[in-house]
Amino acid sequence: MIKNRTPLPASPSSAKRLALSACSGLVLFLGLAALLATSAAAAVPGLVVRDNPDDRGEAILVEWDGEAAGDSVRVERAESEAGPWVMRRALPGSAARFVDQGEGGPERGKTYFYRVNGQVLSATPTAQWWNKGRTNLFLILALYLGLIMVFLNIARKGGSLFIRKIAGLDAMEEAIGRATEMGKPVLYVPGIDDANNIQTIYSMAILNSVAKMVAQYDTELIVPLAKAFVLPLAEETVRSGYMDVGRPDSFRADNIRFLSDEQFAFTAAVNGIMLREKPAANLFLGSFFAESLVLAETGFTTGAIQIAGTANIHQLPFFVVACDYTMIGEEFFATSAYLSREPMLVGTLKGGDMMKLVIMVFLVVAAIAATMGHSEAFRSLLVIR
Amino acid sequence: MPELVGNTLAGLLTLAIFSFLYKDNVVYKFAEHLFVGLAAGYYVAFQYRTVFQPNLWDRLVAGDIVSFIPLALAILLFTRMLPSGQWLSRWPMGAMIGAYAGLQLIGFLQGDLIAQVQANILSVNTGSWVTNVNNFLLIVGVLTTLVYFFFSTEHKGAVGALSKAGIYFLMISFGASYGFTVMARMSLLIGRLEFLFGDWLHLL
Repeated sequence: MIKNRTPLPASPSSAKRLALSACSGLVLFLGLAALLATSAAAAVPGLVVRDNPDDRGEAILVEWDGEAAGDSVRVERAESEAGPWVMRRALPGSAARFVDQGEGGPERGKTYFYRVNGQVLSATPTAQWWNKGRTNLFLILALYLGLIMVFLNIARKGGSLFIRKIAGLDAMEEAIGRATEMGKPVLYVPGIDDANNIQTIYSMAILNSVAKMVAQYDTELIVPLAKAFVLPLAEETVRSGYMDVGRPDSFRADNIRFLSDEQFAFTAAVNGIMLREKPAANLFLGSFFAESLVLAETGFTTGAIQIAGTANIHQLPFFVVACDYTMIGEEFFATSAYLSREPMLVGTLKGGDMMKLVIMVFLVVAAIAATMGHSEAFRSLLVIR
Repeated sequence: MPELVGNTLAGLLTLAIFSFLYKDNVVYKFAEHLFVGLAAGYYVAFQYRTVFQPNLWDRLVAGDIVSFIPLALAILLFTRMLPSGQWLSRWPMGAMIGAYAGLQLIGFLQGDLIAQVQANILSVNTGSWVTNVNNFLLIVGVLTTLVYFFFSTEHKGAVGALSKAGIYFLMISFGASYGFTVMARMSLLIGRLEFLFGDWLHLL
């Protein structure tokens, strides 16, 4: 049998205990909540989320005080404040910054929310027209191009611009003359790089001058090529050289030969030409790599006069050892300007010379400043971000 | 078995190329022509598979309109074969050379010029006399080498003397580079000999 029970009246002492425990519970809850709220707000001191500066608008920069931050920082991202949150990176607090970019990175013009150890901030990536971190690069380039423009203008107006003679130049005419006397061909190798390489382009300017010389002497000119794209360029260069001296019928398109894209297949084939067609003059002018020594050694064994020129500094020692004359680095570029006397090339060379002068002065001043303990001021001028 | 055939073929062709050390001969000529022919065939297939197909054909098939620009430029290259339209072939060449020249200018300026100038801001008062001498030599070497590559004046008198010092610095660096590369070539030769006596003849 179930009996209705009347609740016993609470004694004054138990009511007090109940009120006390309720109060203490409330205080504890409020305290904990306050503590949690405080800890969430102060979890990452100095937290800033903003558009990454000086870029094309595909990155957001998250920064915090690395010294005051805790052991680790969790960076999460969402497209709305309510989530869903995607983990982007967990970093040690001392890292002080994280750039959200690359794979899965933010899109330009879209607002993103970042939760960093619970604290939520938002930012929108935007593109900048000017990268301030590269202003120095722009100024150096502007100075260099400005100098070139000035000298180009002088050269175009017919101003006299002196260029010193380069040792290998006299030898070039001498070598072609010797080949003519011996009734043997001249071999011209414009390197193994493609037509977009600056050395190949300059080599074409020299090839044009060589073509004029051989056309005048009526000597055979063989031009082996390692890149198909250079073939039309070389063909046109040689043809125009023959035409300039009024001997277009002496031009033989068969002598401009594309051999192989493969470096050592090309080398083997050029070796074959040197051994079987026995050119009396070998001109290696352009961009060369590991084949340089093989070519120069084979040419040496055939007894040909050899003139080389390249800006690939690692190959220069081999040419210096195995060739009669070597145009070192920029001498090779100067040769094309000297031979062609084209205002464009002469102006570029003179502009480059003036730039070298500026660099020399800068280096001397910077070395003196560095010796006096002020190197950082000069180094910082050249920092590119 | 296929490995034995492959190694024997590679070994014989290596010996055929080495025979050039004696003199130019028919065996070397055969290896040379085989190499050139195989390379030509290989590169046609290689360029088709890695350049033409993924970068042009697949994109055209997928309806990428922008890919018609390189296609048009590629077709223009063949106008060299036309008797009256040869000038059109200069357009793709001009576009490619111009684009690369612009790209390379920034690359060289940033990667070579500025980096090298930065690396040469050196002190000759570091507290260590060895470092001081080293830094002094580096500064003098760079400056005199730059004088050597200065084409706007005759190399006579003081300029001539500085330029001569520059060429000495260059020759010393070439000597070091030469020795280093010869060592690398020796290791290539050793690798080839290891193949001949190890993989092929099993004598090692």
